Amino acid sequence: MSDSAEALQSDAVSAPPKGRLKVFLGYAAGVGKTYQMLDEAQELRHKGVDVVVGYFEPHGRQATIAKTADLEFIPRRRVEYRGSVFEEMDVDAILQRKPAVCLVDEFAHSNVPGSPRLKRWEDVMVLLQAGIDVFTTLNVQHLESLNDEVWHITGVRVRETVPDWVVDAADEVVLVDLTAEALQNRLHRGVVYTAEKAQKAMENFFTEANLTALREMALRHTAHEVEGRMSDLDAPAPGRTPTARPQTEAPARHERILICLTERPSTAVLIRRGKRVADYLHADCLAVHVERNSGRAGTRSGALEKHLSFARNLHIETHVLKGKDVARTIVEFARERNITQIYLGRAGAHAFWGGVWSTVHKVVRQARDREITVVAERLR
Amino acid sequence: MPTGIDKRPSPEELLRRVQAEERRARRGRLKVFLGYASRVGKSFRMLDEGRRRKERGEDVVVASIQFPLTPDLEALMSTLEYIPVLKETYAGNEYEVLDVAAIFRRHPRVCLVDELAYDNPPGTRNPKRWQDVDNILDQGVSVITAVNLQHIEEHQDAVERITGKRARQTVPERFLRSADEIVLVDAAVDDMIKRAGDREPVDLRRRLSELRELALLLAADVIDGQLENYLRSNGVELRWGSQERILVCVTPRSDAGAMLRSGRRNADRFHGNLLVCYVRQSGLGAKDQATMDANLALAIELEADVHVLDCSDPIAAIIRFAREQKVTQIFVGHSAPDRWKEMWSRSPVDRLIRAATDIDVRIFPHPQTP
Repeated sequence: MSDSAEALQSDAVSAPPKGRLKVFLGYAAGVGKTYQMLDEAQELRHKGVDVVVGYFEPHGRQATIAKTADLEFIPRRRVEYRGSVFEEMDVDAILQRKPAVCLVDEFAHSNVPGSPRLKRWEDVMVLLQAGIDVFTTLNVQHLESLNDEVWHITGVRVRETVPDWVVDAADEVVLVDLTAEALQNRLHRGVVYTAEKAQKAMENFFTEANLTALREMALRHTAHEVEGRMSDLDAPAPGRTPTARPQTEAPARHERILICLTERPSTAVLIRRGKRVADYLHADCLAVHVERNSGRAGTRSGALEKHLSFARNLHIETHVLKGKDVARTIVEFARERNITQIYLGRAGAHAFWGGVWSTVHKVVRQARDREITVVAERLR
Repeated sequence: MPTGIDKRPSPEELLRRVQAEERRARRGRLKVFLGYASRVGKSFRMLDEGRRRKERGEDVVVASIQFPLTPDLEALMSTLEYIPVLKETYAGNEYEVLDVAAIFRRHPRVCLVDELAYDNPPGTRNPKRWQDVDNILDQGVSVITAVNLQHIEEHQDAVERITGKRARQTVPERFLRSADEIVLVDAAVDDMIKRAGDREPVDLRRRLSELRELALLLAADVIDGQLENYLRSNGVELRWGSQERILVCVTPRSDAGAMLRSGRRNADRFHGNLLVCYVRQSGLGAKDQATMDANLALAIELEADVHVLDCSDPIAAIIRFAREQKVTQIFVGHSAPDRWKEMWSRSPVDRLIRAATDIDVRIFPHPQTP
């Protein structure tokens, strides 16, 4: 029995989008993503392009608000939820208006429950499929694959995330760069937040070390996006390696990574890590869970279901197998599917002689013919 | 290289640091806008920052700008004071030289210098414009400047491989790294192609993309250096940053060739660092010694950062070294299969996996495994 990944992916993207997506990527609030997006939109408007604002978050920033002058706004949709009124982007109204280009601020936003789609990026997919070009803004910490690193560095667990494949599929990702120092000056001057909020922000998330680390992450990620788009170009590029290193290596074999899922909470870290490595190696990525009991269908735990659907959301092909010997089932599946690397999570030190640990050690012993990665716990 | 050395600075070192700090405090601040190609908009960003600073009351002058100006640059220039460059001719070539004497006399708070990589003709104060900028900074004047990737000396070979061209005029990377702030001026490759109106968009797209990637990574490296300095001077320990660091453990018995090559490939893909360590073993046979020498030679050829560790407990040595070096992945080989031994003892690989709680461990097949 194995869940088909294809069927589950199809509801997100059934046809390749016709509109073009441009992402303005930054590393924190206040670096100027929205400003630059509006600046380019104004330039297009002057050239006679039909541009509208689908969603704009002013945050009370005067220079940014001034940049919206003469742009057409599509009124937001009002949604009632638990007695409060929320405002969301009105996708239907934009579809009806059908502009050439639509600006959508804050790509990672989660819609209020009861909205047609959970995430704003899913709304954007609908616009793209209707042939509308979209400009959007995103901070690097909202990328799913970087969630653990961001948490580790800043201590903040970012809740609103965007799967990497969504950004990878964008036509353009442009970095909006600003030094950490300049951003802190902006905070001091009250450009980004009110004085009180700015003070709090600088003591917590917006420390110089955090901002610098996030900025480095944004630069590296943009480089990764540029490289990904280059590998889509037909012929191999000359001088791939930037250094003058001798070319001693044989052409890289095609990697296939298998992530072994368990019910443990740390499985989410394992999935992100395996997928991130797979993306960087341009490898296929599969995930497997082995059910030990011969139980009926529908007895899967909620935790496991969550991990499986999380993996599918990241476009990982998922499989659920049955087998008395978990390690043996994993290793056999890996051989059958030509897996080159098996990714396993680790358990707490106390569990060394039982449970997960024995599975880890059994897989390590049985799959001597392929690479195995035991992923770190990554605690703060 | 030994690990765990005494890191406390000597009195001489402390004095040197204090003097360097004092010099730094007197010196102007350097800010560099780095672009990946002409027309990404560096000059605009530089002048726009000058305009904003002037609006906030700073004393700003422009000391060089590339003519002719586009209308948006023209608009910015009209708000700023300009100290014109000196035009000089030498051996039939035209040169534009910063009027350093005039800048010293005027002594503004901030000076904007376009085209950092220019050469000066023989007989001027300095052979290179960046050296003029260095002098200006020493006078306590801050400088905001702009430069393109192809003019960074250390990246000449890489740029030439991509574009087939080599820039004549260069700035050493250390000057870039000495900047207080560096900002990458990014632009979508599509927009650049539209601006260029090139007839072979696929080639141009690849060239621009490669340059863009290099520039992004260079900026990331410079910022990584700044982050490390900042953390060190503030006594903050960051266990793992945003850069992948791969440590390959080699022994005379493991298939080091495959591991080293994979380590190199992985480090390249992640734009990370490759480290190699070997825990010295006494009494190696001639054959094992030869294998070991070959392994280390390959590691050096692959430009790994090679370390030899001395410790009676190899696992502890590797883990300690990996943590010190902020390693994110340890690559280790299975030793030759010995089923009888495994019945009653944990293998070194098992022990390493168990000890490396905070680092990924990747285990590689042994070459003798069918």
